[in-house]
Amino acid sequence: MSTDNQTPSADDADPASDAAELQALRERVDELEASLSELDDADEQQKLTIVATQGSFDMAYPPLILGSTAAAFGWDVVVFHTFWGLDILHEKKSKNLKLSAVGNPNMPMPNALAAIPGMDRMATRMMEKKIDENGTATIEELIDLSLESGVDLQACQMTIELMDYDEDDFYDGVTTGVGAATALQHMAESDIQLLV
Amino acid sequence: MSSEYDVTETLDVKGQSCPMPIVKTKQAIDDLESGDLLEVVATDSGSMSDIQGWAAGTSGVELLDQVEGDDLYTHYVKKTE
Repeated sequence: MSTDNQTPSADDADPASDAAELQALRERVDELEASLSELDDADEQQKLTIVATQGSFDMAYPPLILGSTAAAFGWDVVVFHTFWGLDILHEKKSKNLKLSAVGNPNMPMPNALAAIPGMDRMATRMMEKKIDENGTATIEELIDLSLESGVDLQACQMTIELMDYDEDDFYDGVTTGVGAATALQHMAESDIQLLV
Repeated sequence: MSSEYDVTETLDVKGQSCPMPIVKTKQAIDDLESGDLLEVVATDSGSMSDIQGWAAGTSGVELLDQVEGDDLYTHYVKKTE
């Protein structure tokens, strides 16, 4: 009995409840659209994480060039320096990075000759001269530029201790006290991850 | 050198190579106001493609023109916001 009475009354209320439902749906769609555009905005800034593991003169360039250029794009950039890559951030050592003449097939000399003491220094000096002539920036200039443009240059804490370095040995503005977990976290958040 | 464009400032990156033209352009743009026009004069032939890529991937800038002259590459970048 009571159900018979309820059914027609629910039918009577239909136009009003439909309108209310429609209104609620519209509001929900608006809400979702707003949160979606927020997400799009948040996603707009690209993030790049580079892990720099090499400390030879030639291998110091790629992470610095890519990092500073990415910063010019307005990207959020982290370069995590570990093992020999740490020398790039070491104020004194960065000015003395060497190009290896041995085992480098691009060097116009046989390995037996390249192994002679002083050859690395000579190869480095030749490269430095070419870099100067070409108008390519020095490593120090690129580090300054990177820091200036907001690149987060990080020095792996474990390697600092392993190499017996001191936190004061690094350029001002270099982030210390970070480890693999921090690096992984940045990699997970990044659009691009590179190991150099 | 000054062309039909009403240039606000000129950035001279002659003799400098990648990534300097891009990084310096970005710095110069940051110092300008919306609506200003930056003229970038470079000798790096790679700057033709690089400035194009940078402008396409950067919000708030518009590349109006690129002029290739005698070993000189001139770019006109407008700050739009």
